[in-house]
Amino acid sequence: MAEIVDARGLSCPEPVLLTLEAIKRLGKGEIEILVDTDTSKENVSRAASSMGWQIENVIEEGSGYRIRIKRD
Amino acid sequence: MGEWKNFLATRWGIIFVGILIGILASILQKLGNPPNMGICVACMERDIAGALGFHRASVVQYMRPEILGFVLGAFLSALAFREFRPRGGSAPFIRFILGVFAMIGALVFLGCPWRTLLRLAGGDGNAIFGLLGLIFGIWIGTRFLKAGYSLGRTQVSTSKAVGLGFPLLMLGLLILLLIDPQPEGESRGMLLFYSLKGPGSQHAPLLISLAVGLLIGVIAQRSRFCTMGAFRDLILFRQGHLFSGIAALFIAAFITNLILGQFNPGFEKQPIAHTMQLWNFLGMTLAGLAFTLAGGCPGRQLFMSGEGDGDAAVFATGMIVGAAIAHNFGLASSPSGIGPNGAVATVIGLIVCLIIGLTMRRR
Repeated sequence: MAEIVDARGLSCPEPVLLTLEAIKRLGKGEIEILVDTDTSKENVSRAASSMGWQIENVIEEGSGYRIRIKRD
Repeated sequence: MGEWKNFLATRWGIIFVGILIGILASILQKLGNPPNMGICVACMERDIAGALGFHRASVVQYMRPEILGFVLGAFLSALAFREFRPRGGSAPFIRFILGVFAMIGALVFLGCPWRTLLRLAGGDGNAIFGLLGLIFGIWIGTRFLKAGYSLGRTQVSTSKAVGLGFPLLMLGLLILLLIDPQPEGESRGMLLFYSLKGPGSQHAPLLISLAVGLLIGVIAQRSRFCTMGAFRDLILFRQGHLFSGIAALFIAAFITNLILGQFNPGFEKQPIAHTMQLWNFLGMTLAGLAFTLAGGCPGRQLFMSGEGDGDAAVFATGMIVGAAIAHNFGLASSPSGIGPNGAVATVIGLIVCLIIGLTMRRR
């Protein structure tokens, strides 16, 4: 079961901060981040990649995106 | 289209955007904009407040087409790339107050982060103190962010009107500018106020200013260019993506200034600048802190308002009101130094921003 980070509606840089908090807390595994702007989608993906996590997929959902990241 | 979209959001994409903005800003100055003020979001919004008569500082009144273009360009870009999302409702009044104090801080220094870089690129050493203040203010903001600062969630609106309001206002102001030009040698059109001397009287040809504004609005919307985020992300995440954009802007403006003979190094008698370094520093500390707490530099707030963000529009409106307050009550600086009430306003602004930083929390 993936950890879910709901960053919808939050201003920069909160989506990235929440994502990095979850990454630090878990160390590895799967995280799903919900965002609702393209800017947040790009920022979260960039931050996750720079921490060595893989972007599994990005699904359009409602008025935003569900970003699934993973690290073994 | 998809590849182009991705390109501007890449490292090289944002460097390209920074280079283009730096060159265009220096050229706008050559074509008539005030010295070291090819683009200054704060100064230009201040001039718009003057054009509307919100303040009566006769030397800074002009409906700057660049600002109108920023919002409209970002709006058209967001529509074209299906990123227009009407939204709002994240502590709007707090954002308004942050906008007011961001402008007051910027007018104590005499420039926003964009102009800080352009002043440096023009050789104005006083801007070093503004830049240090800006970085310090952003650093304070990142401490709050780390401690859980948040203005809360915005709401996606089902009504397009939430997102259309601000771009339509800009369109209305543009139409007003086109039908109400400055009568030769007069300071008042049918409605709009104009300057006969001073920075407000210095401007590039209207259509060129508008075209540059629209272009920057489009590329900044695509690339998410942000002069505050550049330092914030570096401090908070050691991430240099946005920073590479403003570094490119600075270098491009510097080289263009050298070529155009606009580089004049020194501290004394720099254009539209003063040498009271403590207040250059503290003014931008206040502005940097307010931008960080509001989630974007003044340019980025305009681009976001073009994307339908009603909260960013409230912040931008706060800045315009802040400009009126600054000039009506002697808070704004001039080349001879800070205004009679500039110091006390800066201190009050810092206290208010610290209270906002301490009290607004996630959950």
